[in-house]
Order: sequence, then C-alpha cells, then structure tokens
Amino acid sequence: MNDNGQNGHIRKMMIILSKSGLESVYAAFVLANGARMEGIEAEIFFTFFGLDAIHKKKLNHLHIATVGNPSMHMPTLIGGLPGMEALATHMMKKEMEKVDMPEVPEFIEILKASGVKLWACKLAMDMFHYEKGDMDDEIDGVLTVGDFYKKAEGTGVHMLFI
Amino acid sequence: MEKTIAGKRIAVNEEGYLTNFSEWDETIGEDLAKEAQITLTPAHWNLIHYIQDEYKKEVPLTIRKIGKSGVVDIKGLYQLFPTAPLKTAAKIAGIPKPASCI
Repeated sequence: MNDNGQNGHIRKMMIILSKSGLESVYAAFVLANGARMEGIEAEIFFTFFGLDAIHKKKLNHLHIATVGNPSMHMPTLIGGLPGMEALATHMMKKEMEKVDMPEVPEFIEILKASGVKLWACKLAMDMFHYEKGDMDDEIDGVLTVGDFYKKAEGTGVHMLFI
Repeated sequence: MEKTIAGKRIAVNEEGYLTNFSEWDETIGEDLAKEAQITLTPAHWNLIHYIQDEYKKEVPLTIRKIGKSGVVDIKGLYQLFPTAPLKTAAKIAGIPKPASCI
C-alpha cells in the first residue's frame, strides 16, 4: 500500500488555509485529518485570514459567511443583518455535532494528536501584527513561504489552497 | 471471495475486510495483524475488543469517538496503528471498513 509516492500514491498533503469562514476552516481540518486516517502525512499552512483559525482569541468565534455565500439562499441584505451570521453558525454547529464533528479548539487538538503539522505564515503574522504567543500553543511554528515549500519536497506530495 | 487466514478459509471482500464477523477469532486477528506488520500487545487487544463491541451496537466508528472512549487517546491510537489506524484496526478486528471521514 505504501509505495513512498510512486505510482501516483499520495504520501503527503500540504494544505494552505487563507480564509477564516467556518466552512473553509472545516474543509482544511477534515482534509488534513482524513489524510492521517489514510496513512497520509498532512501539514497546514495558515495564512492571511486563515490565521484566525489558530489565533487564541479568535478560533472560538469563527463564523459561516452569510454574505456572498450563494448556498445560504438569502438576499445579501438579509445576510448582512446583525446576528444572521451567528444564527447560521449556530444552526450549522448543531448539525456538525450530529455527525461527530468537533468544534475548532478540539479539532486542533485532534489534528495535533494525529501528527498533523500546523504552521503560521510569517508574512501574514507580521502584517496583522500577531506574535507567536497570540497563536494556539499547539502550533508547530512560524514559517516563510520558502520554508513551507522546503517541507513539501519529495515525491507523492500534493498541495491544496483553500 | 475467500482467503486463507490462520489456516482457515475466510470470506473477505476485495480489500481484505472480513464479510462475516462471526468467522473471526483471535488467531485470525493475529494473522491479519502480522500481515499489517503489527505486533499485537494488550493495548491493541483492548482497542480491538472495543471497536468490535461498538460494531455489534451498530455505532459508527470515528477517531473522535475512540479518543473519548477511555480505551486509548488519539495519540496512542496512532502509536498502536501508525498507518491508517481506524482502517487497520477494523480489518484486524474483522469488522467492515469504517465509512467515516472524521
């Protein structure tokens, strides 16, 4: 089964998360966790608004985007009303609990326990004036883009931008 | 299809999962573990028996549930079965491949 990336076998997933909408964060987390469940290595690079998902003060308050999200089936004006995002988020969280989907802090713990590497983007950290201490204690470090590419070396490595 | 495991003809699917759990016994578990290059310790057996019980209760298997089971934490699970833990454990335990994404 494990042929070290030969014959198109996926050996490692390098996932770049650039958004903070709950739907994007969960996509990245489920894909990373799912990779580990299949014996595939996984690393996540958090950049731009994706940094919110590992920011201590923000990771508990991520929302579903109700504006500009065609799947919400609501007019932009209504989606923009106060409380709409919180309502949509609350409804989705209830459904997620039913399929045994953990909330963000617990999901980060699961990812770490499963051997997923979590990296914060240095440039985005500088831009938002974040310090390493602002980030979840579980993260593995702060990297430049070049460092991240270096970690992607080898055969059977796939990169995914969310 | 059938496969010889621990000297017995056992019904399996194309991925090697047992299709009839009642054919499973511990010698079959040991043989399947050897195939997956895993040496079974008491900790492995605890988990195998736990997921078999869950299967009998028709509870779908997820990594998160195992982490909360008190049998082993998630880090420990990956230490017991380093490559594809749920699938490997399910195969050795003689239960169907878990259909879960989490």
